Amino acid sequence: MPRQRKKIGIERSWNRWGWIFISLILIGIAVFIFYPIVYSLYLSTFSTRGFLKTFVGFGNYLRLLKDSYFMLALKNVLTILVVQVPIMLFLSLIFATLLNDPKLKFKGVYRTALFLPAVTSLVAYTILFRMMFSNEGLINNFLMTIGIVKEPIRWLLDPFWAKVTLIIALTWRWTGYNMMFYLAGLQNIPSEIYEAAEIDGATKTTQFFKITVPLLRPIILFTTITSTIGTLQLFDEPMNLAAGVVTGSSVGPGNSLLTPSVYIYNVCFKYSPNFGYASAISYVIVMIAAVLAFIQFKVAGEQK
Amino acid sequence: MSRKLRYAFIYIFLTIGAIVSVFPFFWMIVGSTNTSVDVIKGKLTFGSQLTTNFKNLWDNYNLGGILLNSIKISIFVVVFSLIVSSMAGYGFELYSSKARNRIYSMILVTLMIPFAALMVPLFRLMNFLNLIDSHWGVILPMIPSVFLVFFFRQNFSQYPKEIIMAARVDGANELRIFFSIVLPSMRSTYAAGAIYAFMTSWNAYLWPLVIIQGERNKTIVLMISNLASGYTPDFGVVMMAVVIATLPMLIVFFSLQRYFVQGVLGSVKQ
Repeated sequence: MPRQRKKIGIERSWNRWGWIFISLILIGIAVFIFYPIVYSLYLSTFSTRGFLKTFVGFGNYLRLLKDSYFMLALKNVLTILVVQVPIMLFLSLIFATLLNDPKLKFKGVYRTALFLPAVTSLVAYTILFRMMFSNEGLINNFLMTIGIVKEPIRWLLDPFWAKVTLIIALTWRWTGYNMMFYLAGLQNIPSEIYEAAEIDGATKTTQFFKITVPLLRPIILFTTITSTIGTLQLFDEPMNLAAGVVTGSSVGPGNSLLTPSVYIYNVCFKYSPNFGYASAISYVIVMIAAVLAFIQFKVAGEQK
Repeated sequence: MSRKLRYAFIYIFLTIGAIVSVFPFFWMIVGSTNTSVDVIKGKLTFGSQLTTNFKNLWDNYNLGGILLNSIKISIFVVVFSLIVSSMAGYGFELYSSKARNRIYSMILVTLMIPFAALMVPLFRLMNFLNLIDSHWGVILPMIPSVFLVFFFRQNFSQYPKEIIMAARVDGANELRIFFSIVLPSMRSTYAAGAIYAFMTSWNAYLWPLVIIQGERNKTIVLMISNLASGYTPDFGVVMMAVVIATLPMLIVFFSLQRYFVQGVLGSVKQ
């Protein structure tokens, strides 16, 4: 009997230590994450202009549907999502597969070089790209010297090319980063599987699609979801790629670089601030991210 | 023969990839030695403006003070967020209970939420706490890192429990076990976590942009963004600032490559 009581005592102190260890993070998360989430939901039912705060219920959400800037911002990120994310992840997968070849030389050098862009700050590399893609700049010079184009491409002055520039920049920054996830995953695939496939006469392409891709599915899913969330949140790149290139309030030529996060920022701090409306926008983005993640889970799960 | 050809293609492909990846770094360093006009025209050779650009940045844009701001913010974020998150990771892993596991999964869900969604209430909170245009306003919300909690929990799960048990038998208090036995033996995990925290705080843009308003408190990233978006930016100076902002990352990367990759990727099981 006394023994039993002692055990309960230990368990109780055990439990107390558990709470002590997590108490600091709980306070931090409660104040800096949970409170903002709940408060912005509350705020999204108001229209706030300066000190004026009027309850509008779902009014902000209805207003969003008719807001052409918001729709354009959404269209912009979805375009980038559909075009850039598959290109990047496919490239990452190819690089990882090639670098996983045990017979390849200079593996470490290639891996380091390809990963290097992931070291840069988002603002710094964006500005670097802005300078490279200037009208009479490096990229245009190069393209004209090797004769691919006759006239300089209006990279950052044309709505279409501005988006292309953003896509190139994003792909440069994140391909090596995602490659590292795939490389880590590939190391868990025993090389015997490939050797057996080789003996059975499977080509490298067949091996790629029949062995590598299916076995890496969980990691591909993971990188797809993180890239999706990252794309929906795009802020640093469009903000800095657009700055100074086009005058006035347009984010990139014809607002081609306007993203929801940039729009939220502008609604809060650039135009006459409306925090309520900004909160509603951010909630819609959270919902879209959740729905897309859910769909991706479903798709990846069903193909088993 | 076809095998050799295949390898030739693979090497060419990888080399192009490597050159494209590394070239902007080379160009950035070249650019910091050139004049504004040369940078924008894409000059590819070293110039003589290195000291001029640096002096310009140092004298006219308060580079020294701004670097100190960035360093201060990064150090506080790294130290506090490592302590807070590693304690939490340890707590969730070693004293797991139903209630705490439920809290843990709730916390993980917040990783999905874009920062822009938290920005407005956080801004008002900081306004209320009188922390607008202060470094603490930048630092505080960056301390609780859900990602690091996850990262540390994963790593503590591989820590041998026997050592903790033995220390308990010797009568050591739980906090002491953590700080003087577990923590010192997990150096590589802490190094990787520190690199992650340093990367996120040094490179942060949106939150400092919201909080910091005066020139005096700006970070190096805000400074670059500002320099480059003026009406007539001096691109040689901009390049210099980009080099200076990138240099610490490159140094950390090349000296601690293994931890760096671990820290950036987090805890994908190797």
